[in-house]
Amino acid sequence: MTEDTAVETGGNASTPDIVIDGATVAKLARGVKLREDPVRGQTVLLAPERALALDDIAVAIVKALDGVKTLDIIAAEFSELFGAPKDDILADMIAFIREFSNRRMLEIAR
Amino acid sequence: MNMVVKAPVTRVRPSPPIAMLAELTHRCPLGCPYCSNPLELVKGSDELSTAEWIETFRQAAELGVLHLHLSGGEPAARRDLTELTKAAADLGLYTNLITSGIGLTEKRLNELAEAGLDHVQLSIQGSTDAMADRVGNYRGGYARKMAVAGWVAATGMPLTVNAVCHKQNMDQIGDMLDLAVQLGARRIEVATVQFHGWAERNRAALMPTREQVERTTALVEEARKRLEGVLVIDYVAADHHARYPKACMGGWGSSGLNVTPSGRVLPCHAAESIPSLHFESVRDASLSHIWYDSSAFNAYRGDDWMQEPCRSCDRKHIDHGGCRCQAMALAGDPAATDPVCVFSPHHAALAEQATRDAESLETDFVYRG
Repeated sequence: MTEDTAVETGGNASTPDIVIDGATVAKLARGVKLREDPVRGQTVLLAPERALALDDIAVAIVKALDGVKTLDIIAAEFSELFGAPKDDILADMIAFIREFSNRRMLEIAR
Repeated sequence: MNMVVKAPVTRVRPSPPIAMLAELTHRCPLGCPYCSNPLELVKGSDELSTAEWIETFRQAAELGVLHLHLSGGEPAARRDLTELTKAAADLGLYTNLITSGIGLTEKRLNELAEAGLDHVQLSIQGSTDAMADRVGNYRGGYARKMAVAGWVAATGMPLTVNAVCHKQNMDQIGDMLDLAVQLGARRIEVATVQFHGWAERNRAALMPTREQVERTTALVEEARKRLEGVLVIDYVAADHHARYPKACMGGWGSSGLNVTPSGRVLPCHAAESIPSLHFESVRDASLSHIWYDSSAFNAYRGDDWMQEPCRSCDRKHIDHGGCRCQAMALAGDPAATDPVCVFSPHHAALAEQATRDAESLETDFVYRG
């Protein structure tokens, strides 16, 4: 019963409890790990009762969340790296952080 | 009615398993009346050795298992629990301890955290010591669990509270959610008793009423909104009051496997209740062979095995015909439609029996012996 058959809690991004913006600093919560999955040829984020296959962008975001850099700084770095507008990247990252924070997979340091 | 043209059997190679439940032992100090271990327990002397378990973990990791659940019985009854945890963590497996808390000390928990344990799931049987200790038939159990939760929090490991609910404690679910928050849990699993094995003997004392189920479902929905970002709530509703069966295990042999204390490998923890299946052991065969090629794992994969009304049903890829063990127990045929389903010819009898059990005034338990 503890498998992924359990009913997934729907992330309701319209009612965030904490403000997440460019000044936010986040890192993976204890017990949440990024791992290579050589058998399936993918990168997975492992958390209690969850295994999420991440795409390259999500992997890059998770790796950048070091508990030190603000989302603003990370978005600026990604903007340079991927040649995309910083504000778009920041908006995408905020949505990502909010969803993963609601799933209790991230610690918001500030 | 369309003519059924049977396609040639082309077996698609199944995906590798994601999760493995290692029942390290069937020994347990509690006596829960809905114990999910089989009626026939494995003796301590038949349990896999430390080396056999570690070899099984190695094969699991190689096969593609990501999550390893260390369970039981009470896994803390294994003296080598820390050694097993360390070996699994070193193999890159995500290690989850599923425990009643009894047998854990602060020192032992710190050793487990040090060994690389990723997550602890702690069962609670109620929100008060009177309820919890009566259900588990273990005096002082509740107080011990509260202490264990505090020790887990101190290590920083994520904690999930497992609340198994039934007629007698279902009205405490709100308090159990609050308790989980107080204990610092990130998740709670609210799971309604599954009426297999030992729970069958206690149906009249355990079966919730339809009103209780509806109240609990509404309460969970409300709590999910209120506690978003604080507590993740997984909820397994009572299926005897449902219209459609649950997609048991996400489909037979599709994502997880279960190893008994003596090394028999099962598609789910209750599968030994199906007498026609032969289950192989890690003592005799590789995990890879058992997963991909054994007759038991292939018995109910795909949909070739399905009968009517499942075979022509729109929902067959949603719920896979429900639970094979429940079909065995209630319809006498493991390939039948799960009688929970409204399309099963056994459904009406199941629903009537569930209503009778729910209305029963029986409160005494036959504890797991």
